[in-house]
Amino acid sequence: MFPNRAAVEGVGDAAQLAEIKGRSLWADARTRFFRNKAAVVSLIMLGLIGAFALFGQFFAQYDKGFVDFSLIGSNANKGVPSIENGHYFGTDSNGRDLYARVVQGTGISLMVGIVGAMVAVIVGTLYGATAGYFGGRIDGAMMRIVDVLMSIPFMFVLILMLVIFGRSIFMLFLGIGLISWLDMARIARGQTLTIKNKEFVEVAVATGVRPIKIILRHIVPNLLGIVIVYATLLVPSMIIFESFISFLGLGVQEPNTSLGALINEGARTMQFGYYWQIAYPLFFFVVTIFAFFFVGDGLRDALDPKDR
Amino acid sequence: MNPLLSVRNLSVTFDVRRPGSWPWTPAMKLHAVSEVSFDLQPGECLGIVGESGSGKSTIARAIVGTIPSSGGNIFFEDHDLANMDTRQRRVHRRDVQMIFQDPLAALNPRMTVGEIIAEPLITHEPNTPRKEVKRRVGELMERVGLLPNLINRYPHEFSGGQCQRIGIARALILKPKLIICDEPVSALDVSVQAQVINLLMELQRDMGLSMIFIAHDLSVVKHISDRILVLYLGRVMETAEAHKLTTAPEHPYSQALISSVPIPDPVLERARHRPILEGELPSPLRPPSGCVFRTRCPKVQPDCADAKPALEDVGGRHFVACPYHEAQQVLVVNE
Ligand SMILES: Nc1ncnc2c1ncn2[C@@H]1O[C@H](COP(=O)(O)OP(=O)(O)OP(=O)(O)O)[C@@H](O)[C@H]1O
Ligand code: SF4
Ligand SMILES: [Mg+2]
Repeated sequence: MFPNRAAVEGVGDAAQLAEIKGRSLWADARTRFFRNKAAVVSLIMLGLIGAFALFGQFFAQYDKGFVDFSLIGSNANKGVPSIENGHYFGTDSNGRDLYARVVQGTGISLMVGIVGAMVAVIVGTLYGATAGYFGGRIDGAMMRIVDVLMSIPFMFVLILMLVIFGRSIFMLFLGIGLISWLDMARIARGQTLTIKNKEFVEVAVATGVRPIKIILRHIVPNLLGIVIVYATLLVPSMIIFESFISFLGLGVQEPNTSLGALINEGARTMQFGYYWQIAYPLFFFVVTIFAFFFVGDGLRDALDPKDR
Repeated sequence: MNPLLSVRNLSVTFDVRRPGSWPWTPAMKLHAVSEVSFDLQPGECLGIVGESGSGKSTIARAIVGTIPSSGGNIFFEDHDLANMDTRQRRVHRRDVQMIFQDPLAALNPRMTVGEIIAEPLITHEPNTPRKEVKRRVGELMERVGLLPNLINRYPHEFSGGQCQRIGIARALILKPKLIICDEPVSALDVSVQAQVINLLMELQRDMGLSMIFIAHDLSVVKHISDRILVLYLGRVMETAEAHKLTTAPEHPYSQALISSVPIPDPVLERARHRPILEGELPSPLRPPSGCVFRTRCPKVQPDCADAKPALEDVGGRHFVACPYHEAQQVLVVNE
């Protein structure tokens, strides 16, 4: 009754052919991403800003801690940005080279954002995936912990911590690490609940693959799309969060600085006409934030399965 | 000969809660499978047929061990599935493999075909050298009719039939003793269905596999099965040797199922007697009292509501769960 399976015959001869490289879903997403102009431009901007933060200090004419005493008292006319005297971005109100300070501030702001996002990706994803995969009581307990942590007013707690234990970058990272993963854990758990009912997970369970392998091999790679999008959008909000704390004067400590701290200083002297002291940090801040948002948007469009 | 698999009075119930009900109201019991028994000999193929929702997949899952049974026993090679130790369970996981209805959904979209097929091997024999893994994967791909040079491709680059071949290769790499095919061709084109079924029959013969083949349509099952089990609302209605069941079914439900398969010849088609099934499948939350088929049975009698008819042996390993059974010659389809 059935037609003969011709397809199988003659397969042996073809076996010698070279292996064909497959196009993964990631490769497809990459193609879609690179078709999005705004996202690509933003990615380039981010690359440039990253390079600025990493290598900018090699072009600085002054050390970031060097106080140019010759300028004190005449900041308004001698401290203006100029190529000749080497203060490309002018000087700050203490006579330090603003270019070197902006390089340092950009670096620290980026680091805050990236550390926050990394904690979120690693802790949040694994936590959420584990809770979602095991379900039942384990899920209930794990997610209630998240709910409790979320109900704590973190800004308040962090400010208290900074006041009690003193202001330090470590405390700042600790505080940011503690909050950033909570949302991610919820997102990852929600996704896991749908993924774990897919048949390929059942196949793996039936074959006897261990739960930890199932989470790492079958669940996490399938939630990575949404995790990456959320992480890129998390970076700017972490930067904004840090800036806010620094703006309150509780963030990073002198001699270190961040974009938020620089903007804070710049805002104080803006009224005296030292516009450059706020303009340069603000420029880098705004460009970084916007670039991250555009890249995040581009990634979401590229990874969204609905467009396929 | 000892049966490879023997299922005794298997029942599976699910707790279902109405959405929005109080947490302390007791859950309703959904009887997906009730008191199902059968034996499977080594090398034999058992077909399971029944409408959607009759509990076919649930039986398969209980045998594989991904859902717990709530009553009865499943013996695989004389070991009770319910109280196996860790080592026996691992052996069971190796020896029983499953093939699913939706071929694409059963493949992880982020893994290459090679990784998918190799997963059971890597799980159970983690020390196999990579070269050896690749060689075995390539061999098997060839065996199921896939070009081995497609090993680095991803599932979404394949057609439904090819995906099902990948699923078959994955199920076979550990040389299991039993494979359970849960409607393996329902999602495929008719022409591709035939290819996949032929492949499965060939593999079963060559590798001496035992097989449980699930379908909702008798015409698919009868070619591949040695015996057939007809399921209705989680209960066995009739079970017999495949040829006997398809040519001389005794249970009113089997008769209705068989006559619902169309015959290509219009003259024969018009001439044949056709009990038509009316109405909907009753809810497994509240199955009818007595014979579960009575709400739709064309031969229903008043006392059918009183007691559950037991499976009655009518000779030649042919069992029927209906006291009013009578042999009915049905026109043989596509023979
Ligand atoms: N995890 C579950 N929780 C609650 N009810 C379930 C669950 N799995 C299956 N059921 C119910 O059990 C009954 C039998 O389902 P099953 O999937 O075994 O049917 P099936 O015969 O395989 O149908 P199909 O042909 O549609 O695949 C159905 O009423 C279904 O709603
Ligand atoms: S027992 Fe009664 S209702 Fe059930 S199949 Fe037989 S005749 Fe029909
Ligand atoms: Mg099913």
